[in-house]
Amino acid sequence: MKKLSANRRRFINNCVTYGMVIAAFIVMQVLNGAGMLSPSLQGQLVPICAYITMAISLNIVVGVSGELSLGHAGFMSVGAFSGIIASLSMQEMIPFAPLRLAVAMVIGAACAGVAGVIIGVPVLRLRGDYLAIVTLAFGEIIRNIVNILYVGIDVNGLHFSIKNEAALNLAEGGMSILKGPMGVTTNVKIATFTAGFILVLIAITVALNLINSRSGRAIMALRDNRIAAESVGINATKYKLMAFVTSAVLAGAAGALYAMNYVSLAGKKFDFNTSILILVYVVLGGLGNIRGSIIAAALLYILPEMLRSMYEYRMLIYAVVLILIMIATNNPRMKAIFARILPHKKEGGDENG
Amino acid sequence: MKKKNVLALLLAMCMMVGLLAGCGGDSGESAAPESSAPESTAPDAETPEEGTDGETASGAAIKIGGIGPLSGSSATYGIATQQGAEIAVAEINALGGLQLELDFQDDEGDAEKAVNAYNALIGDDAQIIYGCTTTNPCVAVAAETNAARYFQLTPSASSTDVTAGKDNVFQICFTDPNQGTTAANYIKDNELGTKIAVIYNNGDAYSTGIYNAFQATADEIGLEIVTVQTFPDDTNTDFTVQLGAARDAEADLVFMPIYYTPASLILNQANSMGYEPTFFGCDGMDGILELDGFDVSLAEGLMLMTPFNAWGEDERTVNFVTAYEEAYGTIPNQFAADGYDCMYAIYEACVAAGITADMSHDEICEALIAQFTNPDFSVDGLTGSGMTWSTNGEVSKAPVVVKVEGGVYVTQ
Amino acid sequence: MSILSNLINGISLGSVYAIIALGYTMVYGIAKMLNFAHGDVIMVGAYVSFFAVGSFGLPPVVGLLLSVAVCTVLGIVIEGLAYRPLRQAPSLAVLITAIGVSYFLQNSALLLWKSDTKIFPNFFAYTDAAGETHNSISLFGGQLTVTYVAIFTVVICIIIMLGLTWFTGRTKLGKAMRACSEDKGAAQLMGINVNRTISMTFAIGSALAGVAAVLLCSAYQTLTPTTGSMPGIKAFTAAVFGGIGSIPGAFLGGILLGVIETFAKVFNTQISDAVVFAVLIIILLVKPSGLLGKTSREKV
Repeated sequence: MKKLSANRRRFINNCVTYGMVIAAFIVMQVLNGAGMLSPSLQGQLVPICAYITMAISLNIVVGVSGELSLGHAGFMSVGAFSGIIASLSMQEMIPFAPLRLAVAMVIGAACAGVAGVIIGVPVLRLRGDYLAIVTLAFGEIIRNIVNILYVGIDVNGLHFSIKNEAALNLAEGGMSILKGPMGVTTNVKIATFTAGFILVLIAITVALNLINSRSGRAIMALRDNRIAAESVGINATKYKLMAFVTSAVLAGAAGALYAMNYVSLAGKKFDFNTSILILVYVVLGGLGNIRGSIIAAALLYILPEMLRSMYEYRMLIYAVVLILIMIATNNPRMKAIFARILPHKKEGGDENG
Repeated sequence: MKKKNVLALLLAMCMMVGLLAGCGGDSGESAAPESSAPESTAPDAETPEEGTDGETASGAAIKIGGIGPLSGSSATYGIATQQGAEIAVAEINALGGLQLELDFQDDEGDAEKAVNAYNALIGDDAQIIYGCTTTNPCVAVAAETNAARYFQLTPSASSTDVTAGKDNVFQICFTDPNQGTTAANYIKDNELGTKIAVIYNNGDAYSTGIYNAFQATADEIGLEIVTVQTFPDDTNTDFTVQLGAARDAEADLVFMPIYYTPASLILNQANSMGYEPTFFGCDGMDGILELDGFDVSLAEGLMLMTPFNAWGEDERTVNFVTAYEEAYGTIPNQFAADGYDCMYAIYEACVAAGITADMSHDEICEALIAQFTNPDFSVDGLTGSGMTWSTNGEVSKAPVVVKVEGGVYVTQ
Repeated sequence: MSILSNLINGISLGSVYAIIALGYTMVYGIAKMLNFAHGDVIMVGAYVSFFAVGSFGLPPVVGLLLSVAVCTVLGIVIEGLAYRPLRQAPSLAVLITAIGVSYFLQNSALLLWKSDTKIFPNFFAYTDAAGETHNSISLFGGQLTVTYVAIFTVVICIIIMLGLTWFTGRTKLGKAMRACSEDKGAAQLMGINVNRTISMTFAIGSALAGVAAVLLCSAYQTLTPTTGSMPGIKAFTAAVFGGIGSIPGAFLGGILLGVIETFAKVFNTQISDAVVFAVLIIILLVKPSGLLGKTSREKV
């Protein structure tokens, strides 16, 4: 009886998450169709979808698996640039833009997944802050590598170089795609809000299925008590790697979507600050709480844009909001005050687990 | 004769309509936020108010949306382009003719934020886009303006990628390859050095663009480059390694196509190493004398190619520098001068093409494209006289080389 | 000769990292938190001494002392306002708060002092009677120049490291700090005021940031609102490198990081950071708790 009700609550919970995203999509589409959506918000839809996916993906590592990752933008970068290369080199092969976008996102996801395995195997041997610093290090290394990479395409296929554009030796009519530190300046914008919406749905499905599966319970058991979990025969490396790679794949797809929304993109975009930005979404949304990540990412992305008219103070306000939210939600005394003001909040609180 | 009369009549009519629209706009615009999406009420509700205030004060004004970094690591340049443009707008509006209104938004030097800023601006009914200050965001915004048909004029995004394939994007600054080629030729012609070292920022499109052209021209005309040193964008504080390499290669001229902030450090660190070659920079170097805390004597003998000399004696420059100093307390650099010229270029083109504030952005765009590419259209500004534009959006004007002597620029 | 010159540059850069890393390590060891705002405290200290010396013409020593004083107060205030309410909170919440504080300091600096780069005066240079500025000594007939800043940085760094080792090992407050880092509950039972001890640790760490500010900016001479962030991250790396929580470890990690970075720059400026981080990863894979870190056994 009790188990059933837990299952049931989880089901309702998941339905609310899906319903919220679908409803938001429909509302946006209707408003857009009626011409009531401001260009500002319209332009933010795709990046919001990309950041929501990033937040969900990072939540799998930080919230579900319990490992602090400070280099998540690195995977986004891998996905973004491999996606751009795929999209630009297949421009003639697949003239239909939505299909090309899908292919680019799949390739971006796959490349980020490979990077996830390469990075995950050594990294996951470490614990706690040491793991955090190594993910930071890998994020910086990826950024550095993208910064020296030159990629071009001509009739003979792709050319790579780490020296300069001329070293690509492109044949007549060739085009350089990635120009080292200058990044990409000739991308074709093909990302759409619908594609972003589908990606977010996929990310939610993957995340929720992982959390509610046998593997997910193993991952969470490892998070809560590694030694106890290992003692009952859970393979720590396997399950941690599973979470890590799943997260990298989603981040890669989000990166590809993001990249396809801009004509120019430089490697330095995906630096430590971007990793931190996504981490802020995850922590504010609640660790392990997928719905929270979605809401936090969307709201926190829109917040600085809404504060545009007072641009001088907007990051200051953002910082203060961040600190106050953290103190308000984590300080025992504050919690008590909140509990008194909003008595119903207490019930909602334990969904977070 | 007859043609002119008709034009005048048309203009007068347009103005009347514009005035009426300006008066009527009040009620129409303040009603708009209520009907728009609930999620977007906050940004909408505040800005139209500002807009209507401006309109009642100055009659119908053409709304120019400016984009550039006002925060972040390249904020200095964005703020200069904003301030220069504001001086020009104030002057133009004081003339009493065609009125301009500038709304400048922050892009943090980032493509994503620049597109967001652009969307916010067109949401506020901007009709012309002015910016971006830096190249990478500018490329991203240029693609948007090209698709949506907004005329765009950039003060300082000098890469050829900015204008390539877009008929609506124009530059007021030299392109990077143009500067590199000119610099190499100038050094060769004036025998400034025999062994050249280059230090450039390979994390920056501006710097890399100039270097590539400089290298190509140097190879062509037989200028010996003994060493090429680079530094990445984010950790530009220690140049002892690069300077050491230049000294070891016995370079007598160091070519630095970089911005003035790292350049000031290079001069400083070269001084502490006791290394004294000739330093040669490009327009990004302009502003080095105004750096807070910089020992100006270190820049003595520095040569740079810049379109603008704040110590110039002509009336326009003097007026601009005085007005700028009064308003902002510093001497303007070429970014500010470029911004100033942008506003005048837009103003003169608008007057010449008979553009009025009530025209839609795509009408303005087509009219301005026709005007800018018109071979008879030229603009005299602070950064060059008789500036004309080619169909690919590049400006043609004469570069000027100046040398720092006694803490001021002396035109060579 | 250029190898020797690069080695000296590297050690000098590394010493600055080491001083910052010592601050990181102290705070981490006791409060078990990554104080991301540490780099920004450095920036504030640098601005204070810049204005003291550059605008008010005070002597450099006063500039240094002011920087240290302001940083110390700032450290205590930040700890009291932002971190103390979160003493029982999960470590990630504290981390995000630290990031919030870092954003706050950077953007306040942007508002107060604008984004224009300030050229920081070299505190370790003097002008002789003839008006010539001296800031370095020449060795081997001019083939090798060593700046005074480099020498002072290394010396100050060693003094600080020895001082801290003595302080934590011998003094009553130092012992209290070690006790708190071992077990806060037990320390409290022994009559140690945990809150005050943590506050003192922040004060010491921030005072070190004040010293680092002057040394860093005297050597590289630029000052912007983001001056502190990259050295902050590098120093954090250095602290982990040497084994976080360990004082000699932070010193060793800082010096090594500086030397590796300088030589990597000679090899290729673009990927010098990648080389530094790659070395870090390799070392952590071989020694998972840093060079001199204690391997703690996990208990159920």
